Amino acid sequence: MKPAIDIRNLGKQYELNESAPYVALRDILSQSVKKVFSPAEKKEKFWALRDIDLRIEPGERVGIIGRNGAGKSTLLKIISRITPPTTGEAFIRGRVGSLLEVGTGFHPELTGRENIYLNGSILGLKKAEITRQLDAIIDFSGVEKFIDTPLKHYSSGMQLRLAFSVAAHLEPEILLIDEVLAVGDLEFQKKCLGKMEEVSRKDGRTILFVSHNLDSIRKFCSAALLLDEGKLIANGPTEKIIQQYIAGHLNTMALQEWPSGVQAYNGQLQLKKAWLHGNSGVLTDRFDTTESIGVSIQYEVLEEGPVFTHGLNLFNQEQVMIFSSHDVISPLSLKKREKGIYEATAWIPGHLLTEGIYSIHTALFNPNPLDIFIHESDVLRFEIFTDYSKLTARGNYTAEIPGIVRPLIRWEAQQTF
Amino acid sequence: MEQPLTHIKPPGRFSTGFREIWQYRELFYFFTWRDIKVKYKQTSLGILWAILQPLGMMLLFTLLFSKTLKFDTSPLPYPVFVLSGLILWNLFQSSVSHAGESMIQHAGIIKKIYFPRLIIPGSAVLVSLFDFLMGFLIFMVFCLVYKQSFHWYTLPFYLSGLLLLLLAAFGTGTFLAALNVKYRDFRYTIPFLLQVLFFSSQVIYPVQGVSQPVLKYVLALNPVNAAIELFRCGLTGHTPDFLLVAAGGTTTVIIFLAGLYFFRKTEAYFADIA
Repeated sequence: MKPAIDIRNLGKQYELNESAPYVALRDILSQSVKKVFSPAEKKEKFWALRDIDLRIEPGERVGIIGRNGAGKSTLLKIISRITPPTTGEAFIRGRVGSLLEVGTGFHPELTGRENIYLNGSILGLKKAEITRQLDAIIDFSGVEKFIDTPLKHYSSGMQLRLAFSVAAHLEPEILLIDEVLAVGDLEFQKKCLGKMEEVSRKDGRTILFVSHNLDSIRKFCSAALLLDEGKLIANGPTEKIIQQYIAGHLNTMALQEWPSGVQAYNGQLQLKKAWLHGNSGVLTDRFDTTESIGVSIQYEVLEEGPVFTHGLNLFNQEQVMIFSSHDVISPLSLKKREKGIYEATAWIPGHLLTEGIYSIHTALFNPNPLDIFIHESDVLRFEIFTDYSKLTARGNYTAEIPGIVRPLIRWEAQQTF
Repeated sequence: MEQPLTHIKPPGRFSTGFREIWQYRELFYFFTWRDIKVKYKQTSLGILWAILQPLGMMLLFTLLFSKTLKFDTSPLPYPVFVLSGLILWNLFQSSVSHAGESMIQHAGIIKKIYFPRLIIPGSAVLVSLFDFLMGFLIFMVFCLVYKQSFHWYTLPFYLSGLLLLLLAAFGTGTFLAALNVKYRDFRYTIPFLLQVLFFSSQVIYPVQGVSQPVLKYVLALNPVNAAIELFRCGLTGHTPDFLLVAAGGTTTVIIFLAGLYFFRKTEAYFADIA
């Protein structure tokens, strides 16, 4: 059987545009006047994808892993023909559908039913196919009651369900999915993934799945690709690739300093450093499961006025967010600040996390109304290990224990009779 | 089962891509259907608006010019003369301005999904054509009131005038649409360009009445003049002015091809810059 996707030497080059994503005619005109007097400046270019060679067989479900900017979305965009490659070529056998575009082309003035037809035809379905699937689509979406009401009266959740429902009933031979499942309610997400899995198993459809959530890639995909800086660096069974990604991209980091400061709020706020420490205050990036983890940030307020609080997000090595926390307790939280240098420390309690590598994102922001002054991703990383000499939630059980967190729970038990 | 094979490669030689548009003809239909539907849902006057607007303009021009400037429009009464010009001009103007804006309006879709991009300005022109047909029905009624007769043998005049106008509008519209994506401030010049074109079109005055020979040649290059000329000859049964039709027809073909070429050449990168 011929491969469903056959990619040869594919590359995509973008021009870096310093300021605007598009150009204004007046700039072109004024620049051409300038050019007469000064030598032409070279535009900076970069390769979003480079030298990709890849074959995907029909019926394969392939996860695409990589950091932000690794070229994952660019690859999907080229396969779905939204943007052309700069070099190389690709042969695609079968119709390509993608969940890049859930709800694309929905119009608020049209009814749910009319939007199904419109959206379906944008996604490449024939009118007859839509009519044939109409009942199933309406049924799956769970918005039967409002199907002849204009879309503008729908809640955003209902719109999303309708959109997913159309997309899930596409019957393309090749389906591209780009993290869209991060939205929508959990139950409906499961329903969609289930539907897609069913479709792919039953009819042998090929699926390309981009996600930061390694866990869903593990569950859903039989094989995976690892992209880094536009290059395909590994290709193979899912688990092996995931391990390679984790090993290659996560080393610990106890201290982060910004020599010039990360500026925000018109330069009124500046992040200076962040670091990890235990109760004793000593810098460290290794904690046993019982220890509290101190996460400190230091920042400078250069002008009086900003009102904000501190926040952090904790991710595990599968990129699942364990929690998101912001300071509601300290006296500085949401207080108008004077000029000066400030430090804030968050204490992640002991007896909470499982063994593994964790990454911290920090933020200075105002939650109400939401206004994020500074958000820095992947600022600090640390490792949690088990000290078997201490009392832990493990007891003396040494094999793998499932679960995202492992708090030491208070158990009570007594003989009552 | 037959599976389509898609060959993806860097943009190469020019082609019109007509075969692909044919494959996507249902999308063409749905885009047009959506815009017509939404348009008539949103305006409370609905279809009436497509009719009242040219009638109102006609009334205005008739009041202003039939007494003061005394254009010689015989054998057509001035109101019929103006209205026939107006409905064609409106078709041109609304096609060009909607098609010109259409790519930016659809930036969200363009960035997310592939389909032949020409469908977008193309359906904008079709929506305007729908309005024109509404206006044309009223125009026919109006002609009956003014005791103008219709003849089957002049049908080719109407059709060729309409075709010429659509080609010119499509060419101009696609050209502007592509320019608009590339140079975002270009849109502000469109109303001005249309205004200039309006006054160089024989909507409210007959080109034959222009005595300055150089000016007449310049005006003949305006494709709208050729279209209106043919259309009015449908009414009068006269032979069309050769200069107007030949010059205007040539510009129309050039504009159509240039617009199509420019659009097709830049469309591959719309998703990157839109």
